[in-house]
Amino acid sequence: MELLKEELKNKIIEVLNLEEVVPGDIADDAPLFGEGLGLDSIDALELIVLLDKDYGIKVTDPKDGKVIFKSINALASFVAENKTK
Amino acid sequence: MIIENNAVFFNDLLIFRDEPSVEFTDFIKKAYKFLKIEYPKFFKMDNLSKLAFTGADIILRDITRDKEENNVALVLANRSSSADTDIKYQKSIENKSDYYPSPAVFVYTLPNICLGEISIKHKLYSENTFFIFDRYNEDYMANYSAYLIQSGKAEKVLCGWVEFLKGNYRLAFYLYI
Repeated sequence: MELLKEELKNKIIEVLNLEEVVPGDIADDAPLFGEGLGLDSIDALELIVLLDKDYGIKVTDPKDGKVIFKSINALASFVAENKTK
Repeated sequence: MIIENNAVFFNDLLIFRDEPSVEFTDFIKKAYKFLKIEYPKFFKMDNLSKLAFTGADIILRDITRDKEENNVALVLANRSSSADTDIKYQKSIENKSDYYPSPAVFVYTLPNICLGEISIKHKLYSENTFFIFDRYNEDYMANYSAYLIQSGKAEKVLCGWVEFLKGNYRLAFYLYI
């Protein structure tokens, strides 16, 4: 699970162009949106594309993102349970 | 204010230059750091917006700093619209077996998005317009800017040309008062 969390942090930084952020800046339990990394709704859509492209997970209702993208811990658990590739 | 050939000029003075062989993405990132712009969303922008945003920031930073609202109109133009990003986006959807359209790229498939980026940073609640011309129409742009000021629609007008296509670019901005 720790490897997956690190992998997700690196992918998030890359696909969202978080130029001034390194994986160590993202706490496992910190909120990804709002006060955390300050991500916005377009970033959420980009993360949904990431889940589909890299893990074969289709999130059909963007509202589910509130739970899935709550934190790195939540995202890693979701990916571990649902990935198809 | 001119940005071209990996050089930034303000009031005819060279304020930043990089090697001509450096690609635009690296040049504009170095310029951003040199100019201490400090705006993380900059790195999410497409190349046209990065160029326009950098040019505008140099001119507007001292005018809009510490103000809650600014009445500076934006009147920009170019030749290629958002074609550079349109092409990038089209490539991401042309292969049905590898079909992952990027929302973050799609939002920049309009040229006037750069006006929004500038307006958010500098708290501009004013007129903005983006024209597509074959070449910079100085008379038209000057007359339009003068109209905005004389009619009381704007206190100042940031006016000019911002073109980006396939790594070729040019920015020339003027401030009408």
